[in-house]
Amino acid sequence: MANETKGNWWIWRVFWILLGITAFEVGLGIVKPEFLMEQFLGTKIINHVFIILTLIKAAYIVMEFMHLGAETKSLRWTILLPAIILIPYLLFIILTEGGYAYMMM
Amino acid sequence: MEQTGENNGVAWQGGDRPYNASYGKLMMWFFLITDALTFSGFLAAYGFSRFKYPDIWPNPEDVFSHFPFLHGEHPLLFVALMTFILIMSSVTMVLAVNYGHKMQKNKVILWLSLTIFGGAIFLGSQAWEWGHFIHGDKGGISTQTEHVVHIAEGEKLASVYDLMGADGHDGTHHHFTVDQVITSLEANPQYNIRKANRMYLTNEDAIAYLRENATEVLLGANLKNNEYGHPLFADYFFFITGFHGFHVFSGVVILIVILINVIKGTYERRGHYEMVEKVGLYWHFVDLVWVFVFTFFYLV
Repeated sequence: MANETKGNWWIWRVFWILLGITAFEVGLGIVKPEFLMEQFLGTKIINHVFIILTLIKAAYIVMEFMHLGAETKSLRWTILLPAIILIPYLLFIILTEGGYAYMMM
Repeated sequence: MEQTGENNGVAWQGGDRPYNASYGKLMMWFFLITDALTFSGFLAAYGFSRFKYPDIWPNPEDVFSHFPFLHGEHPLLFVALMTFILIMSSVTMVLAVNYGHKMQKNKVILWLSLTIFGGAIFLGSQAWEWGHFIHGDKGGISTQTEHVVHIAEGEKLASVYDLMGADGHDGTHHHFTVDQVITSLEANPQYNIRKANRMYLTNEDAIAYLRENATEVLLGANLKNNEYGHPLFADYFFFITGFHGFHVFSGVVILIVILINVIKGTYERRGHYEMVEKVGLYWHFVDLVWVFVFTFFYLV
């Protein structure tokens, strides 16, 4: 394991990144700046910002805390590909359908 | 045969390790992938209902706006604290795994114990959150069209308890009828209602609207009705945060079992602390799911 020689500093670095992003999200959620409230691709811009920040947090947790970044390339893609392909596909189908269900009411 | 990544012409006879990971770790990863897809299904279903009822879906910041022992409205603060607790317990978990690699038993015990402590605090916070959600806050009035309307004072959200001159947190079980609410609205013209689509009505319109449509005064939340808005909102809340809370709970139980093994020296004798690493994967996954629940239930 590569981490045996690395000490603990990298853990605290990831901690501060996760904490900083979460604090920023909460601040944004309380302030709700006016220029982020416009509609874009089916939802408000602020929601796109939240989703991107959430994906960054998820990447840090999976790659650093769960050591997936240090595993072999084949294992990394075996884990990531099903999620990367299936989850956006599922969301696209279901959310589009939800929009149509609204129009049909 | 200890070969890694090269097959020496015997790739189909076993002995080759293309992933270079142990059986246990690999199976934990495969389980986590299935679990991730399960949670994606739940959150996608939540998204479906939200896209189906965009005009009348409750605002999260109207629902989750309280902090233990503090008065007034503090949207997002409590759930931000819960997120912090879970991230913190993830950090203590990585530290435990890290000291496991270095075979430092006492430090593994210390950081594992702190992880269990963090998980327990998170579960307690979730219990408070559920209690508050079930007890309710401002009350609402259901209508024939499954919309829930709220009492307002001018253009500001008020509560059924304000209107009826009652204290919602005095420990007694309140019950109001639609007729009582209408009578109070007639006697207190400063109050009106906010419809499910966030439109404010005047006092007279509010009385006429309630006479026509109101079915029941809702205080609190259960699986059939909730005062916050569409019935599905509470169903998803209970189901998704409940399923996540169940993961945290089982995580805490597994961590306790592993901690006992560490204290007994099982892994010291085995020569490695890989079991701590495997539970660590599960624990980080629980944190990962919460990151998404936090975004899609509380922020968006």
